[in-house]
Amino acid sequence: MNKAIFSLKKVSKVFPGVKALDGVDLHLYPGQVTALLGENGAGKSTLVKTMTGIYQPDGGDIIFNGKPVQFHSPHDSHALGITAIHQETVLFDDLTVAENIFLGNYPMKKGPMTKYFSIDWSAMVTRSQDILSSINAHMDPNQILRELSIGQKHMVGIARALSVDAKVVILDEPTAALSHHEIHELYELVNTLKQQGKAILFITHKFDEIFALADRYTVFRDGCYVGEGFIKDTNEGQLVEMMVARSIAATYPKKDVEIGETLLEVSNLCHTTEFANISFSLKKGEILGVYGLVGSGRTEVMQALFGTTDHVTGTVKMNGKEVIIHSPKDAIENGIVYVPEERQKQGIVLELPIYQNISLPQMDRLAKHGNLDQESEMSLARQYCERLQVKASCWEEKVMNLSGGNQQKVVIAKWLATNPKVIILDEPTKGIDIGSKAAVHEFMSELVDSGLAVIMVSSELPEIMGMSDRILVMNEGLIVSELSRADATPEKVVSLATGGHVTC
Amino acid sequence: MDTIIKKSATPDALSTSKLPVFFRWESLLILIIVLVCVMNSYLSPYFLDPWNLSDATFNFTEKALIALPMAMLIIAKEIDISVAAIISLSSTLMGLVAQMGAPVYMVACVGVLVGAGCGLFNGALVTGFKIPSIVVTIGTMSLFRGISYVLLGDQVVRDYPAGFEFFGQGYVYWVFSFELVLFVFFALVFYWLLHRTKFGRYTYAIGNNPTASYYSGIKVNKHRLILFTLVGVMSGIASVLLTSRLGSTRPSIATGWELSIITMVVLGGVSILGGSGTIGGVVLAVILMGLVTFGMGLLNIPGIVMTIIVGVMLITVVSVPVLITFYKNKSNKAKAL
Repeated sequence: MNKAIFSLKKVSKVFPGVKALDGVDLHLYPGQVTALLGENGAGKSTLVKTMTGIYQPDGGDIIFNGKPVQFHSPHDSHALGITAIHQETVLFDDLTVAENIFLGNYPMKKGPMTKYFSIDWSAMVTRSQDILSSINAHMDPNQILRELSIGQKHMVGIARALSVDAKVVILDEPTAALSHHEIHELYELVNTLKQQGKAILFITHKFDEIFALADRYTVFRDGCYVGEGFIKDTNEGQLVEMMVARSIAATYPKKDVEIGETLLEVSNLCHTTEFANISFSLKKGEILGVYGLVGSGRTEVMQALFGTTDHVTGTVKMNGKEVIIHSPKDAIENGIVYVPEERQKQGIVLELPIYQNISLPQMDRLAKHGNLDQESEMSLARQYCERLQVKASCWEEKVMNLSGGNQQKVVIAKWLATNPKVIILDEPTKGIDIGSKAAVHEFMSELVDSGLAVIMVSSELPEIMGMSDRILVMNEGLIVSELSRADATPEKVVSLATGGHVTC
Repeated sequence: MDTIIKKSATPDALSTSKLPVFFRWESLLILIIVLVCVMNSYLSPYFLDPWNLSDATFNFTEKALIALPMAMLIIAKEIDISVAAIISLSSTLMGLVAQMGAPVYMVACVGVLVGAGCGLFNGALVTGFKIPSIVVTIGTMSLFRGISYVLLGDQVVRDYPAGFEFFGQGYVYWVFSFELVLFVFFALVFYWLLHRTKFGRYTYAIGNNPTASYYSGIKVNKHRLILFTLVGVMSGIASVLLTSRLGSTRPSIATGWELSIITMVVLGGVSILGGSGTIGGVVLAVILMGLVTFGMGLLNIPGIVMTIIVGVMLITVVSVPVLITFYKNKSNKAKAL
C-alpha cells in the first residue's frame, strides 16, 4: 500500500459556542478517491475550509508528503497543489470563463517589465480551451459566466481547480446542481484524475456516487471522526448507521393514497423562448414527478404557474375555474405555492428569524389593521415547525444559523401554513442530508394523504421513481412523455429526457 | 459543550446579533451622548440653559424629519439623494403661490404635495424602469434643483403670508417649538411603522432579500414606491418648516443636506447595505449630532472644523462595534481552547 500524500491528525476547529471539528483524522492517497460522509453539520465544510487554508485549525497537525505544514491563507495550500471545488461555486458572474479559470493565477507575458503588468490573454484563452476540452466541457472561454447554466458553471469551477498542477483535489458535493448527463461526465473526469495519480476527496450525500467512484471512505458525525475503511468491505446500511448512529429505511415512504378529482388543469402554456405547449392535469392526492435535465424548462414552467415568469400564454384552471396568475400573490391566493430550487435566494430571508419567515406570506391575515401580532405569528411558527420537526434552539433564531435541511423545512413550513391546495417542490432534497431527506419524503406522503396535490421537480432519478404517481418527462421546453408509475423504468425516463430513441 | 454541538447550527455562521446590551449600537450612542453632555456643560456654562438647548434643536429637526423615512428607505436597500433638491423645488413653488397671494394653509399644502409628487416620481422611475435608485436620484437631484433655478433665477421670495412663520418659529408650550414637537410626533409614528406594523416587517424582508420577499407574495415594487413617496412627503414637510424659519426662498436652499441626512441614518446604526437598523438608533444619532454641533457652536469652533469633527465621529462610531466584535471573537476562541 502506498503512503498517504495528505493527512490530518487530531485536527480541531472551534467557533464561539460550537466545536466544529473535534480531533478528526483524514488520510488521502494518490490515485485513490476517498469519500467523506456525514450529515449536514457533521463538519465537512469546515474540514474543507481547513484543508484549503481558509480556516486555521486550533489544534492538530496537517501533514503533506510526510512533512507537517501550516496554511496561513488559501494561497499556501494552493501553492502545494491542493485545490477545492466548493459546494457553492466561488466564481465571478461578470468575468469570462477564461478569466474565472485563471483568476489569481493569470499567465503573464514574458519580458523584463511586462511579466509584472501584462496578462497574456491569448495564452490564457488557449490554455482554458485545453483544460475545458480535457474535461469534455464545450464552451467558449470568452463567454461571460453569467450566460451559463448552473451545470456549466460547475464545469468552469472544476476547470479552475485543474488549472494549477493539483496533487489533491477536493470535490465538495459537486453533483448537487448537475443533471444526469453532466454527472456521468463528472464520473469520467474523476476517473481521469485518478489515473493521473491525484488524491481525491469526494464529499456527497448520494450513495450511488460513493459506490460508483470511491475506493475508501471516512465518516464524521457531529464534528467527530467515526471511522474509515475500504468501500469494497462495506455496504450502504453500514455507512448510514455510522453517519446517523441509527438506521434509516432506504425505501421511499410512498403510501397508497386515494386519488381524487382533478384539481389543477394546465393547457397550452407557452413562453416565447423557454417552453411551449405545456398541458397537464393534477388530481387531489397525487404526486406528479417532473423529470428533465438542467435547461429543459421544468423550473421555468413551475415558475410560470407561480406567476414569476413573464410573457406566458395559455390557461390554468383550478377546480374547473380559470385563474389568472400574474404574481406570486395571485398564485398564493389561488392555493398554489412553490418551494424553489434556489432556497437561499428565493425561498427564505436568511437574516430574519424563523417565525418571521413563516408568517411572511400571510401578514395580511396575521396583522390586524397592519399592526404586528407576535403572539399569533409565534403560534403559527410553533405549529408548523413542530409538525415538520425543524431543529432550532428557539423560533426567534435567524434562519441563517440553521443547517440546509432545516432551512428547507422552514421553507416548506412557511408554505404549508398558508393552507395551499397545490404545492410545487423544485428539487426539494437538493443538498440536504439523508436524515432530512427522508423526513421530506415522508412528509410528501403525509401531504397527499391530507388531500393536497404535489408537483415534484427533481433530477434525482431514484426520488422521481420512488415518490411519483405519474411522471412528466421534459426535454428542451416540451413535455416529451407522460408515464404512469407502473410504466416507468429508470432507463426509459433517462433516455426520454436526453432525447433518446425510445418510441412512445 | 456536547449539548451545544448537537444543536444543528452550522459552525460557519458567526452570530453577532446576541451581543450583550452594553455592546449594542444604541447603548454606545447613549454613552457618547452622555459624554458629550458632560463635556459641553463643563466647557460652557451656557450649555444646560433650557432656551439655549431649545434653540439648538432648530439645527437638526428639519433634517431629522427626513432622516426617519430615509432610514426605512435605506433598510429596504434603496436610497434617495435628491431630498435636498426636493426641499428646494418645494420651497420655490411655495414661494410662487405665496406671491400670488395664497393663504397660509394653501402654501403649506403646496409644499407637502410637491414633496409627495417628487418622491412618487423617484419611486416610479426606480420601480418602473428598474434603474438603481442611486442613479435615478442623482439625476432628479439636478432636475429638481434645476427647475428651482429656472423658476426663480436670482430672485429671493419673501412675501409669505402672515402666520406662515409659525411652522418654523412658533412654540407649542414653553421651550418646546412646533418643529421639535412635530419631530417627536413623527419619530413615534415611524417607530410604530417600522417596528410594529406589517409595513415595517416587509421593509426588513425586502432589504434582506427582495427576491424571496417577492416569492412570498409581497408587492415589492409597490412597497418601494410607497417608501419613496414617504421620503418625498417628509421632505415637503421639512421644506415648509425651513422656508417658514428662514422666511425666504432661494433656489440654493438646503444645499448639501442630503449628506448630513444620510450621515445621521448611518450613524444611527442603519446598515448602508440595507436590511438592518432601528428608528431608536436614528433618533439618538440625530440628538448626538445636534449636541455636538451646538457644543462646538458655543465654543466658537468654525463650521469647517465642525465638518471635520462630524466626519471623524462618523468613522469612529461605525468602526467601534466592528472592532469590539472582532476582539470578542478572538478572546472567545482563546477561551474555548
